[in-house]
Amino acid sequence: MTVVHENLEDTTAKMGARNVSVYYGDKKAIDNVSIDIPTEYVTAFIGPSGCGKSTFLRSLNRMNDTIPSARVEGEITLDGDDIYTSGMDVVQLRARVGMVFQKPNPFPKSIYDNIAYGPKIHGLAQGKTELDEVVENSLRRAGLWEEVKDRLEDSGTALSGGQQQRLCIARAIAVDPEVILMDEPCSALDPIATAKIEELIDDLNGSYAIVIVTHSMQQAARVSQRTAFFHLGKMVEYGRTSDIFTTPLEQRTQDYITGRYG
Amino acid sequence: MSTATLFLLALGLGLAGWIAGRSRAWAFRKSVGPRQLAALPTYHAWYVALWIVVPVSLFAVLWSIISPSLVLQSVLSTSAAADLPAFGFQRDNLLREAQAVASGASSGVFNDAARPLIEPFRAAISYYNIVGVVAALIIGFVAGAYAFLRLRPDFTARTRVEKAVMAALLIASLVAILTTLGIVVSLVFETYRFFEMVSPLDFLFGTMWNPDPMSSASDPDATRYGAIPLFWGTIFIGAIIAMIVAIPLGLMGAIYLTQYANPKLRSWVKPALEILAGVPTVVYGYFAALTIAPMIRDVAHAIGITSASSESALAAGLVMGVMIIPFVSSMADDSITAVPSAMRDGSLAMGATRSETIKRVLIPAALPGIVAGIMLAISRAIGETMIVVMAASTAANLSANPLDSMTTVTVQIVAMLTGEASTEHHTTLSAFALGFVLFLVTLALNFVALRVVRRFREAYE
Repeated sequence: MTVVHENLEDTTAKMGARNVSVYYGDKKAIDNVSIDIPTEYVTAFIGPSGCGKSTFLRSLNRMNDTIPSARVEGEITLDGDDIYTSGMDVVQLRARVGMVFQKPNPFPKSIYDNIAYGPKIHGLAQGKTELDEVVENSLRRAGLWEEVKDRLEDSGTALSGGQQQRLCIARAIAVDPEVILMDEPCSALDPIATAKIEELIDDLNGSYAIVIVTHSMQQAARVSQRTAFFHLGKMVEYGRTSDIFTTPLEQRTQDYITGRYG
Repeated sequence: MSTATLFLLALGLGLAGWIAGRSRAWAFRKSVGPRQLAALPTYHAWYVALWIVVPVSLFAVLWSIISPSLVLQSVLSTSAAADLPAFGFQRDNLLREAQAVASGASSGVFNDAARPLIEPFRAAISYYNIVGVVAALIIGFVAGAYAFLRLRPDFTARTRVEKAVMAALLIASLVAILTTLGIVVSLVFETYRFFEMVSPLDFLFGTMWNPDPMSSASDPDATRYGAIPLFWGTIFIGAIIAMIVAIPLGLMGAIYLTQYANPKLRSWVKPALEILAGVPTVVYGYFAALTIAPMIRDVAHAIGITSASSESALAAGLVMGVMIIPFVSSMADDSITAVPSAMRDGSLAMGATRSETIKRVLIPAALPGIVAGIMLAISRAIGETMIVVMAASTAANLSANPLDSMTTVTVQIVAMLTGEASTEHHTTLSAFALGFVLFLVTLALNFVALRVVRRFREAYE
């Protein structure tokens, strides 16, 4: 049912999904999806609204647990360990698999405290100097340090939308995750802020396994090396980004990327 | 009676104006088409109606103030009034009696000398009634005609009606403020009279409260008017013991209900908790006096504190704390629920536990609402009288022992006002001084709390 291209290079699968279905109550939002998320690349999930790509993304760090009616079937693994077994601590899981949301959601705290939040609760930094270091490094990696270094005590909510989103990425980096999930991180941003985020994703590529859900096919083409096309809860096609956008094997993928629907 | 008539007249004329304005607007609508009408016909109708009702009502109020003196003037100018005594109590009494009969408020006169005055009164009243109605009719007609003639297809009736509505809203909000001011002014006056007799310093810093209603009215013993024990009792019972109970329980309840409880449980626990707020305080008083206070005494005796009495600050404070749990929990619940779920998701996605998310993200963001709930609860507790009367007695003790009997400011206000002494006596006046200082204290508390919240709040938008 899912077409997986055969010319993919050998990669290490950071996360894997096997026959995953997600339900909201009786409604099936994701139907039997299997995919490997490589460590080395940025993977993009594309597809029309309501196709389940965000739902699938949220099941990768069990954020669907916060929705009482949501239920996941099948197997999702992180480094080979099933994340839905009772032995998996969801708190540990989310520390390893971070997430950036569609709408920037900095905490109503100072910029400094926004970044320091994660390292503090996970005990990653001993003392003030170490914490300062973590904050500075995270902000630098997110390309925000130069803009905010003089006003770390200002509220994170006072930043512009694009800065807020980079703050959220910096916040995610600060706990040193292995995977970063991004749920349409640029949909609330203007083109300039979007370009900065995309640049940032390029910089982070290689250090973290990154999964990005996006509405914009150009964005998927620009930032990702792997693309999965979702439609009506199913994963239709998965392959190299360049192949998906130039020589898709499925008619529906072809139709979507040429703008015939979605 | 005649004022009510005038108000009814205002409404009747207003209705007529409403209908007239509406039909005129409909006529415009027919001739120029609905698009060319600057406002809906209803707004034209309301415009005319308001122009009638407001001036006529104002006239009715004015008339109810000035017409009695006009009536009196015309009665005094008749020959029947010539026989009246020139000044004083007797004269006023006769006039009042005659007027009561003439207006139908009583059926006969007690004093025969008032009888000849009845007819002139009756005549004057009916004369001025007619004058009032005619004047109201003229005012209503002129104002209505003015408004009616201003109606044009391009007349912006809606913006004018909206302005009138806005003015009404403004007045509504001012009423509460003006009432507060009125309360303060009346308190200030009586308080001043009290402080003429007892020095404010003795009152504010004295440590014995034991007013003597039997003492001389002109020469109070200022050392008996030390309000410290009362304010201490108020703060100890209402702001310390009650809050030690209410803040943790209310907050934890709200956290459980918003974060952990399943929707089904929440759907009946939350309303049940809010019902607590509707229980009359006197019922809590019974509970405190009959169940909790003896229980505390028995426990105290059992552990060897033989001085414990059956009336204790602890009993009143505990029950009061339970009473105000709904205030704390309900406001906290609402403000925690109002924090965007993106905040919670953001924290959970960082690998924060639920409790870390609650402590570090949700509560700071919800702080203004939580503090507002606590302030409301404290005001409520400080103003509470019934439970204290029933469970903590009326004896003013300055003590930090919660097992002692204590009393509060409000209890003493009631005791002073309902006591034997006359309204001019210093024991009665002391109630106003207590009320005034209590008012200032709660005002200061609110002010400080607002400042604190503004400083520490984490605004999420």
